[in-house]
Parts: sequence; structure tokens; C-alpha cells
Amino acid sequence: MKLQDISTALALTQHTHQFIDPSREVSSAYCSDMLSCVMTGAAHHSVWVTLQAHQNIVAVAALLELSAIIITENALPDAATIEKAEEEGIILLGTPLKNFEVCGKLWHLGLRS
Amino acid sequence: MTDNKNQPITDAMAENITKVEELAYELLINQVMTRDISTVSPADMMEFVADLFREKRISGAPVLRDGTLVGILSIEDLIRCLRAVDLSSPVEKYMSARLITVNEFDPVIEALKTFVHNRVGRLPVLDGDKKLVGIITKGDITRGLLKKLTNEFQHEEIRVYRASHLFEDINSTRTSLVLRYNIKPRDFIHGGTASSYIKRALMRLGASPQIARRCGIAIYEAEMNLIIHSRNGGVIRVEIEPHQITMETIDDGPGIQDVDLAMKPGYSTATEQVREMGFGAGMGLANMSRCVDQLKIDSSTERGTRLKMKIYLKEQESFGDIRGNHTEGTP
Repeated sequence: MKLQDISTALALTQHTHQFIDPSREVSSAYCSDMLSCVMTGAAHHSVWVTLQAHQNIVAVAALLELSAIIITENALPDAATIEKAEEEGIILLGTPLKNFEVCGKLWHLGLRS
Repeated sequence: MTDNKNQPITDAMAENITKVEELAYELLINQVMTRDISTVSPADMMEFVADLFREKRISGAPVLRDGTLVGILSIEDLIRCLRAVDLSSPVEKYMSARLITVNEFDPVIEALKTFVHNRVGRLPVLDGDKKLVGIITKGDITRGLLKKLTNEFQHEEIRVYRASHLFEDINSTRTSLVLRYNIKPRDFIHGGTASSYIKRALMRLGASPQIARRCGIAIYEAEMNLIIHSRNGGVIRVEIEPHQITMETIDDGPGIQDVDLAMKPGYSTATEQVREMGFGAGMGLANMSRCVDQLKIDSSTERGTRLKMKIYLKEQESFGDIRGNHTEGTP
């Protein structure tokens, strides 16, 4: 599934000022607010759904080479976090929806792993 | 010519597209435009233009009146003039006064978009004061992008080449490269910095992406442990040898009370505040153990904690994800 299609379908806002490559693929999704669980469970090129918005989420996403982070419930990453994400090529997306709702919509879109 | 439109895009192609498109956002128009340009004036005769285009081998020129851009004359305009056998007319009669320009400080992507929306072959480039500073064509953009791509590629290639030959070029009984990082307590802002440096170093040294990823994850957890738990911070020491990577963290307290219990997934001593940030899931040590071939913890409440992890680089010795029984704890 294309990241851009997910972003459009869920009406996500973009925190990072990056160009989303239309061919950027999302293989699966993972949802947790515990960083170590993400380290264990999130697959390569997956999209991570979380309520956390602090700088360490970028470090986790970069180490795991995730496609993007969807930050839920309007949580706002600060400027340093956004800058770091841009540096590392991680796309930060935002939504007023809750973790549960985002996951439901992703599932509905056909993302089943 | 073959039609590529319906061919599926391979991963390698997709990667290239991404890089080029990213570069189109990074590169500025004034980095790729042609600065040394021939201009004509509205009163010049078209005959002069015909000679100029032929001599300079160009296919268009901006028209300036007293230094101000007033139009653009392309080879199509010249052809119209030639057909009408009208070479003694002034430039003004054939030039296009509909000006589509771009700003020199805009990214190249802006010029590309303009090319797509308008059927023009070249765009005059203006500075902040609306003065003409150059001309940009699709050819300029292609050349600029290729140059930048080649540069970046060579740059990283050289780094990777130098690093990956490090071990071959030096003769000794045992060669190793040691990386050290000082980690401050509660420095959440820099959490993960050392691990990403280590991962990058391993990639440059020619480690496989899987090995680099395993090291990255293991050392990230260890780094966060120093930030979250250590009293006075600690040191990360990574020793890279041709056959193995040894990662160690050393701190001077407070020490782990019960190592076996700490190894249990879900067990955590992190404070409520730290948990709110998403740390302290109690998965740190379990994650490390999953990623490495050997994990050893030496901890006491007097001396502090010494954690040692090893990843073997010879494939048959490295277990990847099916470890656990290699873990030793010495409380």
C-alpha cells in the first residue's frame, strides 16, 4: 500500500516539510506507545501509530527504517523533533483521531499485518 | 524507442526516482542555470538573431530593453520570420512578450512544474530585484541533477570504500576499531544518537543491513538504559573486528538488584515520568538479547553495571533471532 494513499484516505496532516514519494510503500503497521515494544514488533518499512511526539520516536523510526509515524490525538512534535525527522528522512504525519481509530481505518484500507 | 509507460517500476528504479525527486527540491535554480547568456534588444534585426543563434548554437534568447526583460525570442519565432522572408524586421515583431519567469532562489522543482504547465523550452531566471540573471532549460536541470547525484554517490562510495578497506589495509595480529561514546544521564534529547552513529559506521564498514540493524537496536536499548537508569551516565564502547562486534556499556550505579528478574519481558523499574514518554516497557534487555549472539550482565549495587554484547560476523556462528539460551547473568 502506498503511504500517499493512506495519508489521503485518513486526511492526515504532515508535520515534516518533506515530499512524500508517491512510490513509497508501506508494508505493514504497528501501534504502541511503548518504544521498546516498537523495537520488537515493528517491521521494516512499516508505519507506526503512536500518541508519543517527542524526539526519541525519530531515533526509533530511523533505527528500524520505518516509512512514517502517524502521531495521534493532535499531539504536536516540537521543532527539534521535526528537524531531526527531516534529517533522518522520517515522515511525521498527524491526526486528531485516536490510536484505535487510526488502526481501524488502516485495517479497513486493507493493511492487515 | 520503446514505450516505458506500462512497464512496472522496479525497487531499484523507484529508489532512483525518489532520490532525483528529492534533489529537485534541494537544488536551487541558480545552481543549475546558465549564467553566461546572449541577449538581444527589441530593436535588433531578426537577421542579427539568425546569425547569433547559428554562431552560439542556441535556440532562444531573452529580449532586454535598457536592462529590463521585455520578452523572449525562440527558434520557433525565428522560423516564423524565415518563412515570411522577413529578416529585416525588428525582434519586437516576433518575440513573445508573455513572460513566464522563475526566481533564482526557488528549488529546481518550481522550474520543472512551470515547464509542465507551459509549453516553453526555456525560462528566464530573475533575482530578487527582478533583474535577469540567467536562463534555465530542461537540459540544465538534467545536467544539474546528474552532477549532484554523481557527486553524492561518489562521496558516499569513497567513504564506504575507505572504511571497508580499513581492515584489509592494515597488517597486525589482531586489528580492531573502537568507538566510544559518553552518555549523560536523563539526556533524552540525544537518546539514540550514539546508536545511529554506530549503525552508520557499521554500514560504511561494509556490514550487512541486517547486522547493522541488530547492532542498532541492541545498542539503542543499552543507550536508553544509561539515559534512563544510570546515576552519573556512562560509556558505550563498541569494538569492531573482522569476525565480531563487541558492544559494552559501563556505568557506576545504581546497579541492577535482580538480573534474572530484569531480563523478564515486561519487568521495569522506570519511573512514572519516564514511562509516560513510552520508555520502561520492560523490553529493553529482552530486545538486546534477541538481537545479539551473546549477552552478559555484570551488575552490583556497589560497582554499577557492565553490559557486554557480541554479534558474530561469520554467518554460521550468528543466530539472529533464535537466541535466548546464550544469555548469562551474573548478579
